[in-house]
Amino acid sequence: MELTALIAAVQSNTALAIGIIIGLGALGACVGIGIMGSKFLESAARQPELVPMLSGRMFLLAGLIDAAFIIGLAIALFFAFANPLLSAVQTAAGG
Amino acid sequence: MIRDFLRAAGDSPSEYVTHHLKHWQVSIGDGAFWTINVDSLLVSVLVGVLTIGTFWLVGRRATSGVPSKFQAFIEIVVGFIDTQVKDVFHGNRSFVAPIALTIFTWVFMMNALKMIPVDFFPGVAASAGQEYFRAVPTTDLNITAAMALAVLLLMFAFAISAKGVGGFGKELLTAPFHANGTLMKIVLAPFNLGLNIIEYLSKPVSLAMRLFGNMYAGELVFLLIALLGAAGGNMLMEAGFAAKAGGALAFIGAVLAGAAWSIFHILVITLQAFIFMILSVVYFSMSAESH
Repeated sequence: MELTALIAAVQSNTALAIGIIIGLGALGACVGIGIMGSKFLESAARQPELVPMLSGRMFLLAGLIDAAFIIGLAIALFFAFANPLLSAVQTAAGG
Repeated sequence: MIRDFLRAAGDSPSEYVTHHLKHWQVSIGDGAFWTINVDSLLVSVLVGVLTIGTFWLVGRRATSGVPSKFQAFIEIVVGFIDTQVKDVFHGNRSFVAPIALTIFTWVFMMNALKMIPVDFFPGVAASAGQEYFRAVPTTDLNITAAMALAVLLLMFAFAISAKGVGGFGKELLTAPFHANGTLMKIVLAPFNLGLNIIEYLSKPVSLAMRLFGNMYAGELVFLLIALLGAAGGNMLMEAGFAAKAGGALAFIGAVLAGAAWSIFHILVITLQAFIFMILSVVYFSMSAESH
């Protein structure tokens, strides 16, 4: 019973952390992509002859902006399926 | 297909996912350090040899007359990389452009293995008697970190060949904070050295983490979609109209989500290979130029 409560406590905190990681990461990445996309459209409307050059750089920057969010997503999903904090509780209870 | 549904039905969802995230590991010495991920090494080397071999064959048989369609494709790739490198790297690019081409095609081919369904390689390996097999090498942090480490060593090589050992050492101590007097130079030297070490270390770490994070997250989402499809298949086999309808809906949802995520991943795969390549070239050019 004691162990179940401990595991539930760790899991609930981890679930909250996963939500925060994915949610805030997505928020930041979306704001960043939105700002960059609007600037790209503005400059494309102003100087259409620069569109090929700018679109290549826009995709490069989109990848860079997304990277931090995707890394966060990977870590969050890792915690969802193989929670290393949980095994600490289990070894402490078993040992 | 049905076999996979049944296998997934026997496992719980998290068991299925953790099973697919385990490497084929062989220990060749004491401690965790000497554990080798055989699957990553095998697949990355195979893919690399295949790519280089294809380029070599086409290059050997290249004609200046009317090119075949495949030769034209290879020429487009080489020309594209050369243009990108020319924009970023100023100076002699007879060494940089081939490195960039190697990085781009290799990372792209390793990433492109993700387009093969997630259960295919573990299934083939399981029928050959190997329990764990992770096919996409770039979802292994060891592989991306090794590539980033090679980029770091090349950065040192470019800096030393452009500025000499003395010039490189002097730059580590005198940039980014410049001073005029001798005393101020000595005072600022430790801060400059610390900042330079952080700068040189953060570049490969971010390179490795970016590629690994993107590919690993994509892999996990593919696994989740596969789980949804497996759950739908299980429900289809149950009795009752509601279970069958729910199963069919889940299965259709998995097919649609899988298609959408695969199409999106065509962009991600290419983009991450391109970013890895172009950032490596940017770092080379930064270390070859003096501050």
